[in-house]
Amino acid sequence: MPLAHRHYENALVLAPTGRLDHDNCEAFREELAPHLQRSAKDRASIVLDLSGLEYVSSAGLRCFMLAAKQAKAQNSRVVIAAMQPVVAEIFQIARFNLVFEAFPKVRDALAALSPAAAAAFDRG
Amino acid sequence: MRVRFWGTRGSIPVALTSADIRDKVALALFRAEGRRFESVGEAHEFAVKHLDFSLTHTYGGHSPCVELETGADEYVVCDMGSGARPFGAHVLARQAGRPATVNVFMSHVHWDHIMGFPFFGPAYVPGTNIRIHGCHEVMEHAFRLQQAPPCFPVEFSQLAADIEFLKLAPGRVHEISGVRVTPAPQMHSGDSYAYRFEVGGKVVVYTTDSEHKLENRAQTERFVNLFRGADLVLFDAMYSLADAISVKADWGHSSNIIGVELCQMARVKHLVLFHHEPAYDDATIEGVLRETRRFEELTRGTQPLQVSAAYDGLEIDV
Repeated sequence: MPLAHRHYENALVLAPTGRLDHDNCEAFREELAPHLQRSAKDRASIVLDLSGLEYVSSAGLRCFMLAAKQAKAQNSRVVIAAMQPVVAEIFQIARFNLVFEAFPKVRDALAALSPAAAAAFDRG
Repeated sequence: MRVRFWGTRGSIPVALTSADIRDKVALALFRAEGRRFESVGEAHEFAVKHLDFSLTHTYGGHSPCVELETGADEYVVCDMGSGARPFGAHVLARQAGRPATVNVFMSHVHWDHIMGFPFFGPAYVPGTNIRIHGCHEVMEHAFRLQQAPPCFPVEFSQLAADIEFLKLAPGRVHEISGVRVTPAPQMHSGDSYAYRFEVGGKVVVYTTDSEHKLENRAQTERFVNLFRGADLVLFDAMYSLADAISVKADWGHSSNIIGVELCQMARVKHLVLFHHEPAYDDATIEGVLRETRRFEELTRGTQPLQVSAAYDGLEIDV
């Protein structure tokens, strides 16, 4: 799974796309690992931009949960942004909406994490 | 084959409170919006057709006990939770004085799965044969222990029925009372076992008190094979997925999401959510059922999966 990433000051935006399920969740975790390590080093928080994610299974949700746990242990945070309606519904059914902070847009998520990151996003 | 649910709640029995019943009645009257009913039958019909299940019924409170009516004279039942008390009354009424033979299949011996046995009427009837099947070494010890002083006034040795404990080998097919039974080990504290029952070409899988971790591919494949093509799977869906993999990880239970995914992989026809969380009220369980059906719809492949929530008194023909 391609994992596009962009830095905005002290925030990192990661954007998984397509489907995240039992077949590719391990590959996704491997893609995610260096970003989590780097975010710890840079003291950066992570925004998962899910605007390109069409479907997530329990295995994919578990990857998000593990990433959030690791981030918390590193005194960082993972938040969610821009979920498609189907993914938002799955989050709600799995009660992940009670575990993750979710924002309608990436900019909203950045603004909640850090004014500097939101300003960097606005500068483009 | 008919599957009859005598106990569907997990961990500990629960009961509706007087406040719960008052609130249900008040809400039903409110929803009736001033209608007049000419008979109780008419009111009954309105309740069934127009009011939520959680308002007119309860999912119930007995801990696990599920009967499989196979068409044979002998009884087949999974677990002896508190639902074993009404099941026992049913057996006594149906037998009308004739001694029964009851085959019990134990998922495990945690208290919520054995607590009904001291109140199982046929155990007090001379001539009754009770064969308790399972894979645990400690089965007999657990049954005797819960009736030992000072926990219960009647010791196990005083029961009038002939009671046998029969050890089954996990993974092997056993022919018992005309049923092909395959036990399979599960993930639960102290171990638990699922059962695949096959009678006359129909398949029912009883899988409760198991934490399915789908990231373990070998384990997932093993359960998909156990569930494969089943007409009915009774599945421990006690927690939400978020709870099951975070704060309640390694507590030994699963979620509705995992139930749907496993059943879809195994091309199961009907999933029944079972072992309900005792903290959930009827409206919450109905909400979980509604969401689970929606999740199935969102993730459906070529074959639809029927989804139900078990309640005490539910009967399903397969």
